[in-house]
Amino acid sequence: MSNYIFRRVLLSVPTLLAISIIIFAILALAPGDPLSQLALNPGIPESTRQLIRTQFGLDDPWPVRYWKWLTSLLRGDWGFSFSSRSPVIDIVMQRVPQTLQVVGFAYLLAVVLAIPIGILAAVRQYSWFDQLATVFSFVGFSVPSFFTGLLLMLVFAVRLKWFPIVYDSLLGFGSATEVLAQLRQMAMPVTVLVVQQTAALTRFTRSAMLDNLGQNYVRTARAKGLPYRRVVLRHVFSNSLIPIVTLVALSIPTIFGGAIITENLFRVNGLGALLITSINNSDTPVVMALSFVFAVLMVFSNLVADVMYGVLDPRVRYN
Amino acid sequence: MSSAGGSRGAGGALPARTLWGDTWRRFRRHRLALSGALILLLLVVSVVAGTFLYPFYLVRQLADSGIPVTETSPTLTSLVDHLDYVGILSPPSRVHPLGADDLGRDLLARAIYGGRVSLTVGLVAMLIATSLGAFIGALSGYFGGLLDNILMRITDLFLSLPGVPLILLIVYLFRDSVIQAVGSPETGIFLILVSLIGGLSWMETARIVRAAFLSLREKEFVEAALALGADDSAVMFRHIFPNALGPIIVAATLGVGNAIITESVLSFLGVGFPPDTPTWGRLVTDGSQYLQVASWLAIVPGTLIFLTVLSINFLGDGLRDALEAQQAA
Repeated sequence: MSNYIFRRVLLSVPTLLAISIIIFAILALAPGDPLSQLALNPGIPESTRQLIRTQFGLDDPWPVRYWKWLTSLLRGDWGFSFSSRSPVIDIVMQRVPQTLQVVGFAYLLAVVLAIPIGILAAVRQYSWFDQLATVFSFVGFSVPSFFTGLLLMLVFAVRLKWFPIVYDSLLGFGSATEVLAQLRQMAMPVTVLVVQQTAALTRFTRSAMLDNLGQNYVRTARAKGLPYRRVVLRHVFSNSLIPIVTLVALSIPTIFGGAIITENLFRVNGLGALLITSINNSDTPVVMALSFVFAVLMVFSNLVADVMYGVLDPRVRYN
Repeated sequence: MSSAGGSRGAGGALPARTLWGDTWRRFRRHRLALSGALILLLLVVSVVAGTFLYPFYLVRQLADSGIPVTETSPTLTSLVDHLDYVGILSPPSRVHPLGADDLGRDLLARAIYGGRVSLTVGLVAMLIATSLGAFIGALSGYFGGLLDNILMRITDLFLSLPGVPLILLIVYLFRDSVIQAVGSPETGIFLILVSLIGGLSWMETARIVRAAFLSLREKEFVEAALALGADDSAVMFRHIFPNALGPIIVAATLGVGNAIITESVLSFLGVGFPPDTPTWGRLVTDGSQYLQVASWLAIVPGTLIFLTVLSINFLGDGLRDALEAQQAA
């Protein structure tokens, strides 16, 4: 098993390298001179600018620049933010807890909701429950998440005043009242993400279950006298788990992508909000770093899916 | 498969049934898909007809309300920016059927204009994604071997790129220079958006087409075509491709919906079209400032996006059922 995991980890290195080259190439091809701000300053003569260029290696050939960029990225030296003058890595790390809190909670809730709904919908195919679940999932992945968010805001924050409109990231988890306030402010952003995530996952669980429910081994299990419940939950479900787990792992980036929208809508100051503010402030170092963070997340979730394959299906390990 | 519907000729002669006719018959039974198709048709027709007809109505109404449009020949494009100071934040009324925004701009005019933008972005992005995906998938599945290996590695790589963050990054870095090169902000952003959305969503089509080509290239009709002297490109695109059309159409349909959502998300985040171009996503953003006093400003465009994408998804689902049965037959 550890051998299998090791091979998978090794295989994800080239992907990460390829993505890092793509992101670097985008940056390198982008128009604009990083020193253009300095050029406007009459106090900095042309020769000084040239000196800065050489010092920072801006005139080096691109493989050299790429190597420098990559190695400093790996060392945790992500440069300095243009707008706040502090190290990019510090700014990013400050934002991670808020994002993880909302995203993680939403993610768990979506999985816990979607799998039972999907199973039940498949077992009772074409029942009213299945129809309802189908309509719900179509609505769920057709409605843009910013619109769900706005509707929630309109009903629950503006009209009913149940939840606060603005997210307070200074709240801790110290006392019962704080925990309650946390839950209240998380309710709306979490719901938006859950609606989006549950929709896709329910549909997927249902079809994976349906693929297996018609198989011969199901009939065999029933024929030897096993209760239907046990057949569905142990036999069919474990066989359906492989595609389900794939989607669960692969949707990690989707839910982080969704967080870009919810964080901006509900003013949660996480990574997604940071990305948009940095874009609006033309804060290139932060934008670059965040793009790479999202890419790493993507590769990481691919890796998780691969490893889970190996855990769930021994055949994969020896391939 | 039992034959349902279809009128039988009285004299025993059956009317000819074609493959596409059968598909249509199956599709018709999927009620949700049929209503999706109808709603979509209605939306497209309203956007097209509204572009030409609605300006007459609005100009007339504005004249009746006492503050006529001063322009000589107002079109939808100019009316989108017409400021009716009397109608600021007015709820739906006779003059403004869907109300007016904080500057007194007519919401229906802006929604029609936005619909044109959103639908065009969706269609063009889908065309790019589908042709790219079909081409790569066809090459990969038909030739196999090393080429297949390389192309599929590239496909995997694209699948592991972070979609929305990457689009945000590229739009951010290249927006100004593309706009400068093209000369118009709206066209420039349009080009960036469709090529990015299309260029980042062809992978599923490529995989579907590859799988179809892998199995179809072993069929007898391909052998026959090759024996008759057809060259590779003729076999690929004249003989195999039409047989793989079903799944491509389904993927393309769903692709339009996804492209519309992505565009609206970018507009919502303020990274899409320039602020003065009223796209549906932008209208929702602008409207969200007035949730408390004029909630319809955000609800109307949001519902339009939702309705369009929902119809497209139902349509795609129905097409899948209808076309996959065709494949199985």
